[in-house]
Amino acid sequence: MPLSSRHLLGFQGVSKEDIQLILDTANTFKEVLARPIKKVPTLQGKTIVNLFYEDSTRTRISFELAEKRLSADTINFSLSSSSVKKGESLKDTVKNIEAMKIDMIVIRHSAAGTPYYLTKISDANIINAGDGTHEHPTQALLDIYSIREKFGKLEGLKVCIVGDILHSRVALSNIFGLLTMGVKVSVCGPSTMIPRQIEKLGVDVIYNIDEAIQENDILNVLRIQLERKAGENFPSLREYAKYFGITKERLDKNGKEILILHPGPINRGVEISSEIADGSYQIILDQVTNGVAVRMAVLYLLGTLN
Amino acid sequence: MKIILKDVNLFHPEQKLNEKNTSVLLEDGVISKIGNLKPKDIEKAEVFDFSGKYIVPGFFDMHVHLREPGREDEETVVTGCNAAANGGFTGVACMPNTQPALDSAETIKLVIERAKDHLVDVYPVAAATVGREGEVLSPMAELFEAGAVGFSDDGIAIKSASILRRVLEYSNMYDMPVIEHCEDESLAGGAMNEGFNSTLLGLPAIPSVAEDIIVSRDIQMAEYAGGKIHIAHISTKNAVQLVREAKAKGIRVTAEVTPHHFSLIDDTVKSYDTNYKMNPPLRTSEDVDAIKEGLKDGTLDCIASDHAPHSIEEKEEEFQYAPNGILGLETEIGLTFSELFHKKILELKDIVEKLSINPRRILNIPVPKFDVGQEANFTILDTDVVWTVDISKFKSKSKNSPFDKRLLTGKSVAVINNRKMFYNDGFINI
Repeated sequence: MPLSSRHLLGFQGVSKEDIQLILDTANTFKEVLARPIKKVPTLQGKTIVNLFYEDSTRTRISFELAEKRLSADTINFSLSSSSVKKGESLKDTVKNIEAMKIDMIVIRHSAAGTPYYLTKISDANIINAGDGTHEHPTQALLDIYSIREKFGKLEGLKVCIVGDILHSRVALSNIFGLLTMGVKVSVCGPSTMIPRQIEKLGVDVIYNIDEAIQENDILNVLRIQLERKAGENFPSLREYAKYFGITKERLDKNGKEILILHPGPINRGVEISSEIADGSYQIILDQVTNGVAVRMAVLYLLGTLN
Repeated sequence: MKIILKDVNLFHPEQKLNEKNTSVLLEDGVISKIGNLKPKDIEKAEVFDFSGKYIVPGFFDMHVHLREPGREDEETVVTGCNAAANGGFTGVACMPNTQPALDSAETIKLVIERAKDHLVDVYPVAAATVGREGEVLSPMAELFEAGAVGFSDDGIAIKSASILRRVLEYSNMYDMPVIEHCEDESLAGGAMNEGFNSTLLGLPAIPSVAEDIIVSRDIQMAEYAGGKIHIAHISTKNAVQLVREAKAKGIRVTAEVTPHHFSLIDDTVKSYDTNYKMNPPLRTSEDVDAIKEGLKDGTLDCIASDHAPHSIEEKEEEFQYAPNGILGLETEIGLTFSELFHKKILELKDIVEKLSINPRRILNIPVPKFDVGQEANFTILDTDVVWTVDISKFKSKSKNSPFDKRLLTGKSVAVINNRKMFYNDGFINI
């Protein structure tokens, strides 16, 4: 059964069957990644452009590795949005790249909706690698995959997404994906960082981190996006860490086994203490490994559609 | 030249005129006879059969951007006037956020000069402060003398309450309105309305309260300092209520609404089509309902387009980087009749008031009269014709409209003013 869309733009409106298919396919690729020779010829002859308008280390490397493991030809095109604003338009850049006969575009951009716009001007398969504060579906996929791997199921689990929900594309994709997979989702953070009417999506809003710990099986702790002026939304990092930071003392106090996810990069001592970041509750590095597997799955499923 | 407008319905609410199936004789652009035309009158006259059409006092759009001087690649005074004529307007007031801003007698005169000899009358609104920077009062007396009909820092609100106070007080000497783009600066900068949709789309958003705060400030200042405040492109439910209450208290406040703010909601932004990006942003259906109520009960005095031409390359940017605004002049009448007249929100009388009489009153411009001896200033309407918007046929230099291919009911079939007629896609000297 193929995916029902040619693109992966976000998780809003994506069916349970499609997510299930990607997760199951990722299982196969995770197994490939455990082999001594980690390369399969699946996308041989396909050309994939990683079009990164925003700085990214792990997402870009993860995509690149996934592409190489699938034997695709890859081109990296990294440029800052600001310098592009002065020169060539996004449309012209994409048209030029497309004229070189490419098959897929993985795009990261600071403006929401850009991947969607690309589908209007390009015939390539488009994969959203993060658009502004909108969606980041492959990050959500690897989070969901990691949770499923750990618990052996998704249905009925309770996940709380903690922190800067307002500036987070990871949060929105996780909410859509998790809800579709039958997970109960809540968000927890300072009220200034909870977007308007988010409860209409079907999530609970919690302002007390201890309550969030008590009521959930998993915390997905988001990074405070200082580069997006997140700091204007709360008094100080110190206060944030004190009331929303995940520390060993806090987990001990609650006396509860809980799984901690973090999309990275970590602000140690802010949203999560070093002890937790390196401790036994977290699966942060598993997430990174799984990131390659789920991206291979997405690339494979989209790349073999046509 | 003699022309006869045959079998028309003459409709002028201010003159309590509603004459069905009559004919009008114009000689050299002046009304020379209404009804009872004799064979002698018809002799050598060119006859235009407008049976079933309405002749109303020429429509006037009090909020357009003509982009001259500065962005003549997007629109000029002349192309903007052509768009106005094609859209059914005989007069427009143009906003001062040009480059440079219309903050000197010279720039005001330039705009007036450019519109000379056109069918469409152009009345410039001058900047309230020098460079629209909100610091120093523009030379308001001189601007008034040069032909400005109002003051505005449009694009933004007048920056501080203290400057607003002085602008109101000073403009009051000339009974000039202060036209305000109501948006609190510290809450501005988003790309769409803040609400559930902005949460879904991950776009930076402008809360409705950004508008309400400034509407409230402006009303209170008008009450305190005197002067006339005019709220441009109102878009929120609360702002409509604030204007309603202020009017009840007798404060001199008037307000306009754009066709897109009564015909579209923020759901449309889901397409990330930059033709749905404007400021104020498209709001919710609750706001649209309140606006329609405000139009109905008279809280909202005018319909004005906020005609904002932008080049294709600018509008083809990423949604949050693209400029705000859409074309308005050539879809305004169609949207007004489709959304308000045919849906029984407004009657023809209300529409003529909001599109012709009230804007002129607010700007102290005489309302055209339908009397023998008066110069003809007409919009000729077919209220029932169904047509499809085709932006390739627009007279505007730009093409940024979300209404392309939309089916509308009602349009202007001709306009007459300044001894000129726009009919069948062209200008005729009469």
